[in-house]
Amino acid sequence: MTTTTLPALEARGLRLAYDGRTVFAGLDLRIEPGSVTTLVGANGSGKSTLLKALGRILKPSAGEVLLEGEPIARLATKEVARRLALLPQSPSAPPGMSVRDLVLRGRNPHQTWARPWSPDDAAVVDRALEATGLTDVADRDVAALSGGQRQRVWIALVVAQEAATLLLDEPTTFLDLTHQLDVLRLVRRINRESGSTVVMVLHDLSLAARYSDRLVVLHGGGVVADGPPAEVITPATLELAFGLRARVIPDPVTGTPLVVPEDD
Amino acid sequence: MSTSPVAVRGPDRNPRAGVVVGPIGLAWRPRLIAVTVVALAAALVLLVVSIGVGSVALTPVDVVRALTGGGTDLQRLIVLQLRLPRALTGALVGLVLGIAGALTQTFTRNPLATPDVIGVTSGASAGAVAAIVLGGGTYSVSTLLLGGGIPVAATLGALIAAALVYGLGWRGGVESYRLILVGIGVGSVLTAITSYLLVRAQISEAQQATVWLVGSLSGASWPSLWPLLAVASVAVPLSIATSTALGLSQLGDETAVGVGLSIQRHRLTVIALAVVLTAAAVAAAGPVGFVAFVVPQVALRVAATSRPPIVLSGLVGTALVLAADLAGRTVFPGEVPVGLVTTVVGAPYLIWLLVRHRKELVS
Ligand SMILES: Nc1ncnc2c1ncn2[C@@H]1O[C@H](COP(=O)(O)OP(=O)(O)OP(=O)(O)O)[C@@H](O)[C@H]1O
Ligand SMILES: [Mg+2]
Repeated sequence: MTTTTLPALEARGLRLAYDGRTVFAGLDLRIEPGSVTTLVGANGSGKSTLLKALGRILKPSAGEVLLEGEPIARLATKEVARRLALLPQSPSAPPGMSVRDLVLRGRNPHQTWARPWSPDDAAVVDRALEATGLTDVADRDVAALSGGQRQRVWIALVVAQEAATLLLDEPTTFLDLTHQLDVLRLVRRINRESGSTVVMVLHDLSLAARYSDRLVVLHGGGVVADGPPAEVITPATLELAFGLRARVIPDPVTGTPLVVPEDD
Repeated sequence: MSTSPVAVRGPDRNPRAGVVVGPIGLAWRPRLIAVTVVALAAALVLLVVSIGVGSVALTPVDVVRALTGGGTDLQRLIVLQLRLPRALTGALVGLVLGIAGALTQTFTRNPLATPDVIGVTSGASAGAVAAIVLGGGTYSVSTLLLGGGIPVAATLGALIAAALVYGLGWRGGVESYRLILVGIGVGSVLTAITSYLLVRAQISEAQQATVWLVGSLSGASWPSLWPLLAVASVAVPLSIATSTALGLSQLGDETAVGVGLSIQRHRLTVIALAVVLTAAAVAAAGPVGFVAFVVPQVALRVAATSRPPIVLSGLVGTALVLAADLAGRTVFPGEVPVGLVTTVVGAPYLIWLLVRHRKELVS
């Protein structure tokens, strides 16, 4: 495949470490614009670490991240926020903050110092609340919502940011299956309707396969498999990356790979 | 749809409406505006009453007349020279301490993390006492203040304390109680240093410094007021300007950066402002205890917001310090220093918070 378009995000020779403990020694990754990429891997394989580096939360000790071709470290953080939104793995809201108040903060990159509110912002927030099915609870305290509703509040914040690239760390954790599907359908809709680029982390491999254009499997400080779900989800990869003995069958509904663990 | 008991419905929680004037656009928060106006009125009334109370009692009308250039020569002398500096010092001390507390409580997302609880006030006191004992020989507020001695020494002490607490305590993350525990430890060491300085000092200095260490407005004068006024006129507007950034920092570091906050710069700004505000208050009136700690929590509750509003915290601080000073002068026989009154009010609240958070403290 030859692309002349600039990658939405690109990692070059990324070395990521915590207090000298190296998680990735030299990682390269290109994220094509308009694609949905999901990072998968066992607990502790470095999915969040990589996502944080792509979102300029974690400074690489070597290498660089390029956002639409520009070194992300050299862009003003507010400028980055207009182009890239991120959802951390376990965000928390202070007590007493209403849903609408929280989601409004997603508008910050588009606001000036003297104008932390505008009718435009209010309209975008309304749309984000509607897209995430939160209109009815808009004035409730975030802390008083269920885990699943709260997760959608954070997604609404990211939606309200109107960035072309979204980084979502485990957006479906704590959700029941219906709400997991809701979130993934929403992500795909945003991707299709506004052409956004999505990089996310998911643990459910079958859902990841269903809703992603591309899977990147992380293991042992590097990428062990990378490509369309049907090519990546194989018994050999599952064994290597997760130590899991499983069969892979086509999903009867979508034809994407479905992971069925072997009997013990 | 049923509403949960925690979900307080109100216009403040619904920034769908707003006001746009030229380049300025703000969410319309009627409750916040209303309580801020009430707090401002209360602060002004207390200021006038406070000036009126004394060996020569003046009516509020006399006070206002003297303040605006009317009244008799004697009334003007009493009001402008004798009582106004004290009342203004009290008002400003409350203002800057309330704001310093609001800044640090929001930024650390922890109601315990205020300058008086985590040792910054102790640092400022140690610095000021060092200036008194080592610098002057005699404790003369006016000469030392005119020379900048106490304010500069207090700021240095507060800076050292803040640097120690931040350097040693931050790693555990903002919600960690490590910051609080380190702060209490640093505060104890600095208080010990202050005690050592007092032991070494001449008896008369030590006595005067001890009164000052409780937090008292009795030594307030125009010369001791100027440094506080100068600091407040710069640091208070800057603190108000950090409001938006504080609102973002409430979401946690990662999300705050995600929506475009320069977290490093924000941290330095907030710490610097809190240190400077605290030091200015301590230099002017000594460590008036628990104002920075209690006031923002009161403001947060009356405004029903998710963080203490800056301006409201300042005004509630002003009202509290003026009321405490007034009570200290009128309710009890003799004069009880303002810091003693605020401590009696604030300490039980600290104990209550500590007891309520015992679990997190030991884990
Ligand atoms: N703040 C940190 N300080 C030190 N080490 C860390 C930190 N965060 C992560 N690590 C380590 O880095 C490695 C990768 O962690 P990371 O959080 O990226 O894993 P993950 O793939 O997201 O796991 P999970 O599926 O559990 O979320 C782990 O070994 C972890 O212990
Ligand atoms: Mg993770």
